[in-house]
Order: sequence, then structure tokens, then C-alpha cells
Amino acid sequence: MSEAAKGILAVITTDRNKVTGAVPIFIADSEEEKEKVARYLASTLDAMVHDLENGVYYIVKH
Amino acid sequence: MSRLEPYLFNIIAGSLAGIITRIFLMRLDYRQYPGYPHGLISHLSLGAIAAALGAVAVPALMNKDFTAFTFLALAAQQFREIRNIERETLQNLEEMRLEKRGKDYIEGIARTFEARNYLVMATSFITSAVALAGVWQALAAAVVLLLASVRFMAGEVVGDICEVAPAKIHFKDTLLFVGDINIMTVGLRESREKILHDALGVMIKPLNDNSRATLHDMGQRMAISHTAAVIMGSKNEVDMPEFTPLVRKNIDTGAVALYIVPMEKDIEALLAAVRRTPLLESARLKPLKTQAGRIASD
Repeated sequence: MSEAAKGILAVITTDRNKVTGAVPIFIADSEEEKEKVARYLASTLDAMVHDLENGVYYIVKH
Repeated sequence: MSRLEPYLFNIIAGSLAGIITRIFLMRLDYRQYPGYPHGLISHLSLGAIAAALGAVAVPALMNKDFTAFTFLALAAQQFREIRNIERETLQNLEEMRLEKRGKDYIEGIARTFEARNYLVMATSFITSAVALAGVWQALAAAVVLLLASVRFMAGEVVGDICEVAPAKIHFKDTLLFVGDINIMTVGLRESREKILHDALGVMIKPLNDNSRATLHDMGQRMAISHTAAVIMGSKNEVDMPEFTPLVRKNIDTGAVALYIVPMEKDIEALLAAVRRTPLLESARLKPLKTQAGRIASD
């Protein structure tokens, strides 16, 4: 919907082997922590949390 | 002044008819445009000027004063300016809106405001001309023109060309669906629960290929979500983009689905809001009017 380019702002995961690259990666110890970190990051970044359904959450600004 | 005196009645009759037309058209404005008091005054005054210009054109013509008539061209220039002013104002306000109106909608409103002044000018010109024949004739002409303007400018709404029905909100894992249409993915469990609890879904099915083309237009879809959000309220917030109302298309059927998390969870009111969303001129495509479109439709 927005005209600004979309980009991944951050990645939150419990499995550090699933993600690599030039994105801020937050490692969580549990599912609860992952949800919480994702929620906090998304709300401060005014962005949205998406789930890749392989244990990786990522945050995108739309 | 003495040259104008025999035409005093024409001028008054024409101007009055024009101003009344503008006031009537103003009432229709409220549906799609907030009537700020200052906006109201500026549009009424411009309408009055348009009416006066249209009305004095008749005596000018009768006196064979053709230079005066060319002033109408100048007026047209002024009204084009109105369109620019409206567009700029709306675009500036747009930046701070969570649910955007969209460029197409803004352009449509701006164009409407310009066109209304031409309509006023035409009404007062014709009334003023007919007033040469007499008072009753002028009155009749004014009433007919007024009704024609109101009808002509009312425009069509989404409900005229589409079937609007409630649709179920559900999730497949993290994918949010309205009916069979995928809207987006929602990562947070908490948000998914809230959406299941509070959100409403509407399915908008095109009645024919013309309406399908209209729904394909992103501007028209933005107008739908904007109208729904304005009328129903929205739980959307700067840091909660998952509650943004969205309209997405079923790529196979051309039907579109509206997803919204409204403040008032009332599906009947939402259906009415969607049905009464104005159709944008720019989105009104008519492929069925072309030969290729007719062949493709079966």
C-alpha cells in the first residue's frame, strides 16, 4: 500500500542457524521471549511483525 | 449602468438560480468531504461569483458586447485554480492521515469542485437567458436545471455495481484471510487473537467485467478502506500497523475483500459504508464498451 520501499528492519529467532546477513538479529531463548522482543521492537519501529513459520520472526516497515 | 437596467431581472434571477444550485450541491459534499466552516464560505463565495458571471453574460451578449463575454474564459481559469487549491489542501492533510484517501480520490474531489462551478455558471447563464421570456419561464428553467445538476453530480456508489456481503475472518497459521482472500501475515499471537475477536471482513463481488475493472483500481480500493475507516472508526495506530484496513483482490475472480478492525463492531453499518463509497471517475473503466472486452467477457 505504501510507496516507501519495504525492508526488513530486524530479525528475531530462537534458532541462530536460520538467519545470517546484514540485518540486526535478536536471539531469544524461548517462544515467549521471541514474542515479547518482537512486540517491543515493532512498536518502537512503528512496524509490523511477520512470521516465517520456521521459528523466525522479522519486522517490516510498510 | 443604464444599459444594464433592462436586464436587472435577468441578472438577479440568474445569480439566484446559480447560488441556490451551489448550496444544493454543497449538501451533497458532506458525504465525501468534511464541511469546514471556512471551506464552506470560500466555496459559497466562489459559487456566487460563478453565478454572477453566468448571469451577466446574457446582457453582455444582448448588448453585442462580445469582449465582456470573453471574460468567461478568465473565470474558467479561476475555477481551474480552485481545483489546484482543493488538491493541495487535501494532499497536505493526507500526510497526517493513518488511512489514506489516496491520490485518485483526492483528484476526484478536486475535479468535482471545479466542475460544480461550471455547473453553477451554466445554470445561471441559462436561467438568465430564459428570464428574457418572463418570470415563470425563468423559475421553471431554474428548477429544472437545479434538479438536473443535483442528479448529474450525485454520482454512482460501490453498491450500484457490486455485491457487498459479510465475510469470515480466519487464519491459516499466520496468514490472515477474509473469506478465501489472503490479506497479509500477522506474526504476533496477541495481534492474531485480537484480530479474530475484533475484526470484520467484507466481500465485494463485481457484478460484471466493468465493475471488475473498477475494483482492480488501487485508488478505488483505497477509497473503500478510507470510507470504511472514517465511518466505522479504526483501531489502527502508528505503532500497530497490523490493524490498518486493507482491501485485497482474489486474483482469479476479481472479487476484493475488505479487512478492518473497527471501533464499532457493527457489520450492517460497515456494509452500508462500503456500499455508499463513491465510485471514482478515474476508476470507472468500461472494458465492456469495447469489442475486445465484449469478446473476452464470455
